[in-house]
Amino acid sequence: MSRIAGRFAELKAAGRKALIPYVTAGDPLKASTVPLLHGMVEAGSDILEIGVPFSDPMADGPAIQRASERALKNGIGLSDVLGFVKTFREKDNLTPVVLMGYANPIEAMGVEKFVAAAKVAGVDGVIVVDYPPEECGPFADLCGKAGIDCIFLLAPTSTDARIREVARAGTGYLYYVSLKGVTGVKSVDVAEVAAQLPRLRAASKLPIGVGFGIRDAESALAISKIADAVIIGTRIVQEIESAGAEHAVARVKALLAPIRKALDS
Amino acid sequence: MQMYDLPDPRGHFGPYGGVFVAETLSHALDELRDAYERCRRDAAFMAEFHYELKHYVGRPSPVYHAKRWSAALGGAQIFLKREDLNHTGAHKINNTIGQALLARHMGKKRVIAETGAGMHGVAAATVAARFGMKCVVYMGSEDIKRQAQNVYRMKLLGAEVVPVESGSKTLKDALNEAMRDWVTNVEDTFYILGTVAGPHPYPMMVRDFQSVIGEECKLQMPEMIGRQPDAVIACVGGGSNAMGIFYPYIKDEKVRLIGVEAAGEGLASGKHAASLCAGTPGVLHGNRTYLLQDANGQITETHSVSAGLDYPGVGPEHAWLKDQHRAEYVAITDDEALKAFSDLCRLEGIIPALESAHAVAYAVKIAPSMPKEKALLVNLSGRGDKDMQTVAERMGIKL
Repeated sequence: MSRIAGRFAELKAAGRKALIPYVTAGDPLKASTVPLLHGMVEAGSDILEIGVPFSDPMADGPAIQRASERALKNGIGLSDVLGFVKTFREKDNLTPVVLMGYANPIEAMGVEKFVAAAKVAGVDGVIVVDYPPEECGPFADLCGKAGIDCIFLLAPTSTDARIREVARAGTGYLYYVSLKGVTGVKSVDVAEVAAQLPRLRAASKLPIGVGFGIRDAESALAISKIADAVIIGTRIVQEIESAGAEHAVARVKALLAPIRKALDS
Repeated sequence: MQMYDLPDPRGHFGPYGGVFVAETLSHALDELRDAYERCRRDAAFMAEFHYELKHYVGRPSPVYHAKRWSAALGGAQIFLKREDLNHTGAHKINNTIGQALLARHMGKKRVIAETGAGMHGVAAATVAARFGMKCVVYMGSEDIKRQAQNVYRMKLLGAEVVPVESGSKTLKDALNEAMRDWVTNVEDTFYILGTVAGPHPYPMMVRDFQSVIGEECKLQMPEMIGRQPDAVIACVGGGSNAMGIFYPYIKDEKVRLIGVEAAGEGLASGKHAASLCAGTPGVLHGNRTYLLQDANGQITETHSVSAGLDYPGVGPEHAWLKDQHRAEYVAITDDEALKAFSDLCRLEGIIPALESAHAVAYAVKIAPSMPKEKALLVNLSGRGDKDMQTVAERMGIKL
């Protein structure tokens, strides 16, 4: 069983919901990422998503775009991100780690080289935003053979045929994008999500994580009642931006602690 | 090349093209593809498209035999396809008319567009005014500074111009921002993409709308010289004017197809926009194609004196034609393009767009060594009025 499936099984047995935070690697500084990862685990996170910076993040809103630009100014590339995971694994061999980003940095490294290096570094899953199932067959096969989960996005506009296709190709969990648009611009509409999730449940037994627009304990709690995992990205990235490198870990932990508490209430 | 029927149903030209987008855009692209498939087979839709091209754009555009200039070069005869004479001054409007009609057919009341130099933005604002639609144009804040006149033209036409401050603040970032708008407002909004790049069906659809250029040439050249030209030459940024003139000639293998990219300050300088000549395959803006990128797969900044060629990718069909050796791709520097710009002004009384001057400059390179009976057809994709400021600055003149 993969680390991700194992983590969801444990949570289910305990009647708990997963908290999945996102940070952009190398933001605000190269040295910030590994301490942030450990800090987020200490604050009760179950799975970590690490953003791989890209020059043209088409699906992201302004906050994550700026984080990506800061990371690129710090010279962060995909091999640095894999290095962060490797370092993180020296102290934490339990928490699943998922890389999230765009196809081009992976293709520039070479998909075979990337999958092999990700495996060695201790990556458990990948979300390649602009790799829909029909365009990434060979990549998904390589990931499958390496035991790395391929996690796909689903959206309110996804058709039933599309949901079935993603259900067939995806492993780990389904990432449901809760709103139309880019990351972090609007707030989640819980009733709207609740109305959509049965279509996903009917097509797949995979756990469902909901992201885009979850900003606080209240919205996280509401989503946790209908989904298996709550994914928080933009809100954390904004906290890091305003805190600066020195206070980033403490501020992110302070942000996540009440959310964790709400999820367990 | 006898059986050329690309792209495949999912938009692939061999390994290039495709639909590399986030799931949030998939449905919008499916809808667009289905609507376009219906319309391209609908005689009434195509009749309306051609009616607009004739009466609003002013088509067909003439082919002009540049006799003085050919004589001065002393070799092959040079013919110019006069897209500069179109309404709004460039080929861009062929495509924006087509997409605006499609938008209306789909019941979308708001159109958005990206623009670099502003020519596509102007063409989009023009058709939005013509069809009574709300228009928002995304433009990099760096480009807004360089192209103040076109920004004003778009505003006169009733469009809202939104400055894009992310990334390199140029065309590629404007395209990212337009995609973000589309994903957010997909119910009422149609994205009028300006070139043969982006996710399927855009490369195919824009090519089809622009191929009126080549279709006309295939009729006009035999009228003028009794046969087709020996070579067709067009500049390539994203590649829409080139695809438009190349496409009807692809199966006719006797006709050389030559795409001219921007070599900027020279390919060796690194300051250029020649994705096909100096790039490597990758994934950007929804398709796989040749890109200018660094070792980490980050898209690099481009340079060209002509803002319309300043794009780090290129349409996927060009990538395929390059790999198949059906088309040749070469590059012309800023200085060579400016020289051709001046020569065409003085010898033929035609002020070309700086983009088109790249195609003209390549004809200058090869014509002298060819026999006088040979014919080169150059796509003069736009006129140079918009470039007065840039050219004057390069010549050290203050307007």
